[in-house]
Amino acid sequence: MSILIDKDTKVICQGFTGGQATQHCIQCIDYGTQLVGGVTPGKGGQTHLDLPVFNTVKEAVDQTKATASIIFVPARFCKASILEAAEAGVSLIICITEGIPTIDMLEVKLICDNLGIRLIGPNCPGIITPGEAKMGIMPADIHLPGKVGIISRSGTLTYEAVKQTTDLGFGQTSCIGIGGDPIPGTSFIDVLDLFEKDNSTEAIVMVGEIGGTAEESAAEFIKSNVTKPVVSYIAGVTAPSGKRMGHAGAIIAGGKGTAADKFKALELAGVHTVKSPADIGKGIAEITGW
Amino acid sequence: MNLHEYQAKQLFREYGIAVSDGIAVSSPDEAEKIALSLNIDKWVVKAQVHAGGRGKAGGVEVVDNIEKVRSFAERWLGQNLVTFQTDEKGQPVNEILIETCTDIDKELYLGAVIDRASQRLVVMASTEGGVNIEEVAEETPEKIYKAEIDPIAGPNENQANDLAKNLELDDIQSIQFRKIFDGLVKLFIEKDLSLVEVNPLVITKSGDLICLDAKINVDSNALYRQQEIETLRDPSQEDPREARAAEWDLSYVALDGNIGCMVNGAGLAMGTMDIIKLHGGEPANFLDVGGTADSKRVAEAFKIILSDESVNAVLINIFGGIVRCDVIADGIVEALTEMGVSVPVVVRLEGNSAQKGLEILDASALNIISASNLEEAARLAVQASKGEI
Repeated sequence: MSILIDKDTKVICQGFTGGQATQHCIQCIDYGTQLVGGVTPGKGGQTHLDLPVFNTVKEAVDQTKATASIIFVPARFCKASILEAAEAGVSLIICITEGIPTIDMLEVKLICDNLGIRLIGPNCPGIITPGEAKMGIMPADIHLPGKVGIISRSGTLTYEAVKQTTDLGFGQTSCIGIGGDPIPGTSFIDVLDLFEKDNSTEAIVMVGEIGGTAEESAAEFIKSNVTKPVVSYIAGVTAPSGKRMGHAGAIIAGGKGTAADKFKALELAGVHTVKSPADIGKGIAEITGW
Repeated sequence: MNLHEYQAKQLFREYGIAVSDGIAVSSPDEAEKIALSLNIDKWVVKAQVHAGGRGKAGGVEVVDNIEKVRSFAERWLGQNLVTFQTDEKGQPVNEILIETCTDIDKELYLGAVIDRASQRLVVMASTEGGVNIEEVAEETPEKIYKAEIDPIAGPNENQANDLAKNLELDDIQSIQFRKIFDGLVKLFIEKDLSLVEVNPLVITKSGDLICLDAKINVDSNALYRQQEIETLRDPSQEDPREARAAEWDLSYVALDGNIGCMVNGAGLAMGTMDIIKLHGGEPANFLDVGGTADSKRVAEAFKIILSDESVNAVLINIFGGIVRCDVIADGIVEALTEMGVSVPVVVRLEGNSAQKGLEILDASALNIISASNLEEAARLAVQASKGEI
């Protein structure tokens, strides 16, 4: 079992014929993802990576029966691309692109919520269900099918958590990067809920970072809704106030959003926290006794 | 990206938001000329820097004769203003805003921000203006009133009225407030702002509402479609190393320590700083080389890190996902060879083509300390910075 995607999920790619999209689609197909086609306006009717190219998401969905889309289009076109996918009837949208204006995301998020569509990202590495399928840009070979669910705001810290749980032999059910933007399509709570309900997920890793209050909200949710053991690391204990640390959403503003506050909220909720990003796997071992 | 007060007020005027009359100047002669042309006998002179706390630091004064306007300009132009929000060097003053003086009856607060929790643009108002609003939010949060703006429908007609009632405004002031509120929301959305603060919004002695201060932050992600705003950028207010990094698509933030860091990914870059600290060291910077780093950018990142003279060791931590470790390794070798780096460099490569990357480093004659995991990398970098290896 897994969450959101498996070996049978039919996937299309928007921005299919671009350089980044091509490189990553090849890797997704190699991993076993059921990529069934792609969309590049103006290139409909062509073939790319032996798959059909369509002008619109609607045509692609009608003809391929895809239920999920991965988006690589440039930031300035993302709002239109996400909304096009949402209206064409896919149920899962992964947006990898970084740099979407926040004002655009306010509207996009509300529309996706109203339509009941799961949007992951933007500015994220995507999702992988090890051994089955990947919709994202993560290096596949560090993953191992297993029993830990991983959620993170950061791409490379997800890889750290994955590698450590692989090296210890625990493996992963699914790994999701929700992205580093201030308005993410999917929150920690959404994914915690999915992992809690997934029978094969036995423990959860949640990697947060400074900025906003998503980790504090997640802590509240965990206290009353999550029965599985959770290990958490928050990046940015040493980050200065008022400075944006790479991610658009990683900023301590007006004294709010510090790593210390987030660690405290999680600890009060009974979450096992680790202070070093190198101790995530060890934390899982300690809390589960594996 | 931040704007100066005078730039923010110009945008306010364009959106029909009432501000005091004033003009920014950049020389004492101009200051004198503009002050005279305003045809008044009392001025507010305000040093223009990207930082709050200017008043307490002497960067804002009310003056009542033209010589004092001139001497204020002479004192501050070309100097740095140090406030509680700046570092110890302060921010350079290149412009002074000369304004008419407003007789204040009451100080209020008005702000707008993207609220991440509600995922809405939220307009905030308070009767507690002119003071540190973060303290008000902390101590008496019930005195901050909020209006959440629907991203699709826009503000509804009651929202401005409700805030006006909360602020205890009379009928005429309420009409003025609605105009300010509507202008503010429109400005925020059309210009892709991330924060607006008016502290204080004042009721004048004659009973009118007017914005005495204006602070605007712009969403950097939207600058591609805000070219007019982009021209308002003032590089003199930015850290030169951060600005240079941005030109190369590198994300850099200077810190106080001595261990330079080069990492891919913002989260891992913060995690690397944290683990250095856990091992008793002090990170000198945050630096994310990004997902598409090539050897040129790695070399540039090295130059920026080493331009900080306190750096006496460098930790390179790469978890190759999109980025290939062998490409990074080539960049490291190229940069170290070209620059003749004398400080110890600890390298940890993991993920995409890591083995190949390590072979490239080993084959070079350079003095590189390689680490096999994050923990070891941090420990070695801290030891190197203390001269222990």
